[in-house]
Amino acid sequence: MTSAEMLTPENPKVLGTGLEARGVHAWFGKNHVLSDINLNFAAGTVTALIGPSGCGKSTFIRTINRMHEFIPTAAMAGEVFLDGKDVYASGTDVTKIRLKIGMVFQKPNPFPSMTIGENVLSGLKLAQLKVPNKDDLLEECLTRAGLWKEVKDRLSAHGGSLSGGQQQRLCIARSLAVAPQVLLMDEPCSALDPGSTLRIEETIRELSDSMTIVIVTHNMQQAARVSDYTAFFLSDGGPGEMIETAPTSEIFSRPKDKRTEDYVTGRFG
Amino acid sequence: MSSAVEQVTPREITTEPRRSDRVFRGIVTAGGFSSLLILGLITAFLGYRGFEVILEEGFGFITNSDWSITTDEAGNVVESNFGLAAMLVGTILCAFIAVIIAVPISVFSALFLNFYAPNWLKRILIAIIDLMAAFPSILFGIWGFLVLMPSVEYWAKLINKYLGFIPLFEVKPYFVTRSPFVAGVVLAIMIIPIITSVSREVFAQAPLDRIQAAYALGATRWAMIKAVVIPHGRSGVIGGAMLGLGRAMGETVAVFTVLNIVFQVNWHVLLGAGGNVASLIILKFGDASPYEIKALMAAGLVLFVMTLGVNALADFIVKRTGKSGR
Repeated sequence: MTSAEMLTPENPKVLGTGLEARGVHAWFGKNHVLSDINLNFAAGTVTALIGPSGCGKSTFIRTINRMHEFIPTAAMAGEVFLDGKDVYASGTDVTKIRLKIGMVFQKPNPFPSMTIGENVLSGLKLAQLKVPNKDDLLEECLTRAGLWKEVKDRLSAHGGSLSGGQQQRLCIARSLAVAPQVLLMDEPCSALDPGSTLRIEETIRELSDSMTIVIVTHNMQQAARVSDYTAFFLSDGGPGEMIETAPTSEIFSRPKDKRTEDYVTGRFG
Repeated sequence: MSSAVEQVTPREITTEPRRSDRVFRGIVTAGGFSSLLILGLITAFLGYRGFEVILEEGFGFITNSDWSITTDEAGNVVESNFGLAAMLVGTILCAFIAVIIAVPISVFSALFLNFYAPNWLKRILIAIIDLMAAFPSILFGIWGFLVLMPSVEYWAKLINKYLGFIPLFEVKPYFVTRSPFVAGVVLAIMIIPIITSVSREVFAQAPLDRIQAAYALGATRWAMIKAVVIPHGRSGVIGGAMLGLGRAMGETVAVFTVLNIVFQVNWHVLLGAGGNVASLIILKFGDASPYEIKALMAAGLVLFVMTLGVNALADFIVKRTGKSGR
């Protein structure tokens, strides 16, 4: 936790005390896909995970909110600490972990049977939470996700009627409604056009004032634009490893490892 | 310039198929039309054999519930009364009881198979359920008669004791054996496999990304099922239930074995008197005079039209509710 405390900006609005992965390994069946990942995510920062396809970035963030275990035969080792507690500790209610660690997926996935408003508040219903004023929460979440102005007059329309970029921001708003401390984003812009991508990047910057964000991206400009820290993952045929992590400006200007340099300068990957 | 544009008409776009393609096209077209042809021929046959009786009885054929025929010594018909009302009511009653019992059981077992059962158990259970679908209906009937009837009687008495104030559950005179309720339970067991496998298929198609979205929001499994799987599968389950309803309405032997067929309209589901068009046909067919056979053919036609109606309704419901879930 020491490094986390060092990196934390003095901001009382930030939820939680950050996140730490310690010695995380992952397997699919006998296939070892991720080896010994140690990473600190300070509260209120944005960390980008970059690296070529198949290096285990997505698998890694899915171990953080325990979505990894949905895949049959998936296994993991190591610890993930949230508020100083291991999310894999026995007796942990996994649904509570996922309330604290939200996730935005690669493909926008609003619930098709629900309206825009219902989609935003769906987390409350799914986790059986009560809030005093749903309308305020609805407006707040949509505003923070940068979608309020576009949808305020058609909250009862179906989520599927929005454009891809709007759907993705709807999914972000949906994650925000349950007030997570951490938001995991798995290539949230890879299915979107440049304009929508920019809107989401703005949203990420604004959200980072109040929560810890981990974003997987293939787009190095995006990593440079939105993140405070960057971690470079690589697999050379074996399990994916984390090669290097540093403040984003350093990773892109003077990386310590030759492989990082080759990757960020576009020599491979 | 503009007038020239207006004169342009779209070209006719054609293609010359190869011979092998044309041959194959002919074969599959024949396959496609064969079911229509068979159905058409059966309908024509039933109509041809039965129209005389339908003309004779008129609308009373479906509103009266007498079924009697008197012949003189030479075998000529002296007097005849054919009415299907009791049988139609019985058919609908038994089928609905079956569906009401079978749908929740099927939906729960489909959910269990898809989302709770470990793989090895899932494989075994699916095999057993498929086997149940292939089980001869006479065996269901016999089992229903010998094993189920005595215990269902107990339940019938219980329902009557506590819910008897509802006219549907009234039993007067007190005779609860061989009631539509018993027949409904037997039919329910017969249609569970169909509804379960249809429901299982549609639940399995629930989109994985929405399922993950629900879990990632902190949903429990049941909350995820309510939010994603059931909305997605609703129309499919309704379709499966209608398929079951159709099968239950047409079922013959099993109902014939357990039901006490009485030619009197009876809405009291626990009372041991009921009917079913298909059982009527099998009851009377053996020693029917040629004229009565015509009446039975007409009854078959009515059953056929009714089943067709249910299927059309199912189609309509599935189409109407289908959009909201996806």
